[in-house]
Amino acid sequence: MGGSASLIPRDLLSEYQELTFLSKQEILLAYKRFSELLPKEERENACSVRVPKSQILTLPELRANPFQQRICHVFSTSEIEDGSMSFEDFLDMLSVFSDSATSDIKSYYAFRIFDFDNDGILDRKDLEQLVNCLTGQGEGSRLSSAEMDQLIQNILEESDIDKDGTINLAEFQHVVSRSPDFASSFKIVL
Amino acid sequence: DGSDDIEGGSAVENEENTKETDKGKKQATPRTRRGHARGRDRHGDEDDEDDEGGMRRAGPRRHRSRRRGRAAGNEASDSDMEPVKARKNQANQKSKEDDEEDEDEKGGKSGKGKNEKKGDKKSDKKGKKEKANKKKKDKKKSGSGSDSESEEEPITEEELAKLKEEVEEKKKLIATLRNKPWKMKKKLSVLKEAQLFVEKFEGALGKGKGKKFYAYKVMMTKKWMKFQRDFENFKTACIPWEMKIKEIESHFGSSVASYFIFLRWMYGINMILFGLTFGLVMVPEALMGKPYGSLPRKTVPRAEEATAMNFATLWDFSGFAQYSVLFYGYYNNQRTIGWLKFRMPLSYFLVGVGSIGYSFMIVTRTMAKNANDDGGGDDTSFNFSWKMFTSWDYLIGNPETADNKFASITTSFKEAIVEEQESRKEENIHLTRFLRVLANFLALCTLAGSGYLIFFVVRRSQQFALEGLENYGWWERNEVNTVMSLLGMFCPTLFDVISSLENYHPRIALRWQLGRIFALFLGNLYTFIIALMDEINLKARYFLPFTLEEEKIVKYNMTIWEASLYNGTIPENSTAPPIQVDPADVPRGPCWETMVGQEFVRLTVSDMMTTYITILIGDFLRAVFVRFFNYCWCWDLEYGFPSYSEFDISGNVLGLIFNQGMIWMGSFYAPCLPAINVFRLHTSMYLQCWAVMCCNVPQERVFKASRSNNFYMAMLLFILFLSTLPAVYTIVSIPPSFDCGPFSGKTRMFEVISETLEHDFPSWFGKVFGYASNPGLILPFILLMVLSIYYLNATSKSYKEANLELKKKLQSVRIEN
Repeated sequence: MGGSASLIPRDLLSEYQELTFLSKQEILLAYKRFSELLPKEERENACSVRVPKSQILTLPELRANPFQQRICHVFSTSEIEDGSMSFEDFLDMLSVFSDSATSDIKSYYAFRIFDFDNDGILDRKDLEQLVNCLTGQGEGSRLSSAEMDQLIQNILEESDIDKDGTINLAEFQHVVSRSPDFASSFKIVL
Repeated sequence: DGSDDIEGGSAVENEENTKETDKGKKQATPRTRRGHARGRDRHGDEDDEDDEGGMRRAGPRRHRSRRRGRAAGNEASDSDMEPVKARKNQANQKSKEDDEEDEDEKGGKSGKGKNEKKGDKKSDKKGKKEKANKKKKDKKKSGSGSDSESEEEPITEEELAKLKEEVEEKKKLIATLRNKPWKMKKKLSVLKEAQLFVEKFEGALGKGKGKKFYAYKVMMTKKWMKFQRDFENFKTACIPWEMKIKEIESHFGSSVASYFIFLRWMYGINMILFGLTFGLVMVPEALMGKPYGSLPRKTVPRAEEATAMNFATLWDFSGFAQYSVLFYGYYNNQRTIGWLKFRMPLSYFLVGVGSIGYSFMIVTRTMAKNANDDGGGDDTSFNFSWKMFTSWDYLIGNPETADNKFASITTSFKEAIVEEQESRKEENIHLTRFLRVLANFLALCTLAGSGYLIFFVVRRSQQFALEGLENYGWWERNEVNTVMSLLGMFCPTLFDVISSLENYHPRIALRWQLGRIFALFLGNLYTFIIALMDEINLKARYFLPFTLEEEKIVKYNMTIWEASLYNGTIPENSTAPPIQVDPADVPRGPCWETMVGQEFVRLTVSDMMTTYITILIGDFLRAVFVRFFNYCWCWDLEYGFPSYSEFDISGNVLGLIFNQGMIWMGSFYAPCLPAINVFRLHTSMYLQCWAVMCCNVPQERVFKASRSNNFYMAMLLFILFLSTLPAVYTIVSIPPSFDCGPFSGKTRMFEVISETLEHDFPSWFGKVFGYASNPGLILPFILLMVLSIYYLNATSKSYKEANLELKKKLQSVRIEN
């Protein structure tokens, strides 16, 4: 494998094409961007190396995103749960966020991203944290607790079909699949 | 690297396995044939029973088979039918070992799969594999005794069918793998497994009659899929301006970018229209038609020759530009031209009708696609949830835009909460109502004022025309176009100011704004058309109404004039050779189609100029002013008035739509219009991209206009319909000019069709066509279509109701639980 060190082997490339929603150029571009995150010595093995979370978050596409931490943790397959990503995790992430991904897979991963405590449901705490992420970091822009309660109350009224006080995956997908903006906003393109 | 895989760690094993199955896959088929030299059947039996066990056993087994595989080299002499024989020839030692090796692979993998503990699909597959294993075990046990050399044991039909089913399921799995929310490693291993299975047993299915054909079919399917994938890649690489739009998306969000995506889509449509008009109308006439100067209609009249090459004349699209393939009047009415016998009038007619048809088709198709994406929203009661879950735009990569987005999300949350709480308060509702009525009244006044202004200006221009245009300067000649463009520029701003009285929610305010601008442009356009019709009638008032007599008179005049050249009496049946008269001197008949075409072209060009100047002055100069004069000005220019401009999405989109309407209206009379429009859209794209990045700031209220996508499409469709009405009306009801154009000499333009049917098609075709266009057949057809629309509407309503019922049922069931 010495000669084509800077490229992905061809059969692997075609398998990635088969398994993701990305086209060949997108995969090659992803490889290029991914290997740029690595220090020079490790660029040869970009396919098997893990990039630490702090490096991933320097990507301009993720830099301004309030859910950057969650995205890294959801797509990372690292055993030590440090949010580091390998190239295949990176491809997974780009595939889900690509333009041609189905709404089903996008909503599945959106649910996992919003589930801050990883317990499989969106309860009050998750929703509160979600609102705080969306309103930005400044103190002046946060909602007061009365407003927060009212907001979460309204949301649960709308989306919680079985009235158990939490939103599970099915309810989430039901709500989000009816939104016309979801697929076009849940998109990251390199 | 053979020693690597003795390791036990599952992660490493996974990676190694995937790497090796790469090589293994390539050697899979040869390897199945290779193992014959080693005696392993008893060991194989044990393996079969043991393969439910752990990975550790799978590890060494695989290790051994890898070693063997690599050592033995490639013996690919046999065809793909080997696995077929291998499966059935149980007695044959060679086949047993082959099977065992495959069992190893599958067994090992299924063991691994169990360890991963994920996915129901896995257990399904395992179940199927166990079935296959069991089948093979049975076969082995039954066949182990015999030593026969029988070639093929017959596979029963049902086994064949089951096998086929499994192969199809595997193929479907491969096709839908990317939809599964699994990690890449798992997907890779599942894919490899499934591919191996398919490859192995696809050969098995093709036995007996037509096995060669089956293998060929399989290979062609694979090649076809590869071709499709490559073509998709090629297509995405061909999309122009992708990087530019992506940059804009990350700075300004998806709503501003949606304008540019719309622009690019329009560019595509115009390219196709350009291809049609250029390739099928302009080029054949230029190459095969009579050249310039051979016919009166193709030559600049003597009177105008002096100024024909001036830049001013050319800019005005008269002179040489008028007497060229760019306009309707140049084309000759010969039925066929050139050695190819190209039917020019037919082609002109069909291209005109075809452009309209194509535009309708593509706009409707895009609307349908957008409607599908919208998910047929019957439930709009998820306001808060949508704000929560879908309001963040993941394309934003710029911190400044992100801050704006945070602010707007916060505001919209607060607003929504307040709205929800105060929806019952009736504070100042009378004042609000009064203000809204006042605003609407003002808007109506503006519309009426602009309509009257256009009418007045057009009347004035008719007066100028009567008195001869040479007496007036540039302003008088271009008054109509300039006034229309200026109105289009200033009235929307006026509407914006008026709407601040109304105090609506921004999305509703945007709808009102769009509606008013739409009414403005529509009014302008139709006033313009009425004015044009007036002008045509005005010119016609000089000559008698277009009747045959009038034609005869003009023709008679021409003959007399010709005769005067003979210095003799009027020749009734002239046998003398026609004197060569310079076509520039022949008196001409009127040509209203070219005139209409010219008007449209002039309007398009002036519109283009206005847009560019607006961008340069309104955006660029303003930005320069704000930036550099900020130091020496009393108040902060950047935050107060005038500050940097925001990109006006709705105004630009509407401008684009109306310009396209102009093109559709005029392209029948001026085949050069699509070409001009392609040029204009091309330069527009670059200029506006630059202007947006350089002079505009992200909008303060960053809200999504995506639901407006179908709104814009609906407007486009409406404009398309309205623009094609005049063209269709003229084709059907007005006789074409007798002295210019491809339809001269006919009483109606569409007669070219019947002429073609007569001459170029066999006679029975004409008869069939005649029957088909019988009103007795067409009316029932229209009735049928109306009935089917009614039926489909009723069905869709009933589906919606069923949907609601189901939802209620779902809720009540969940509540019970």
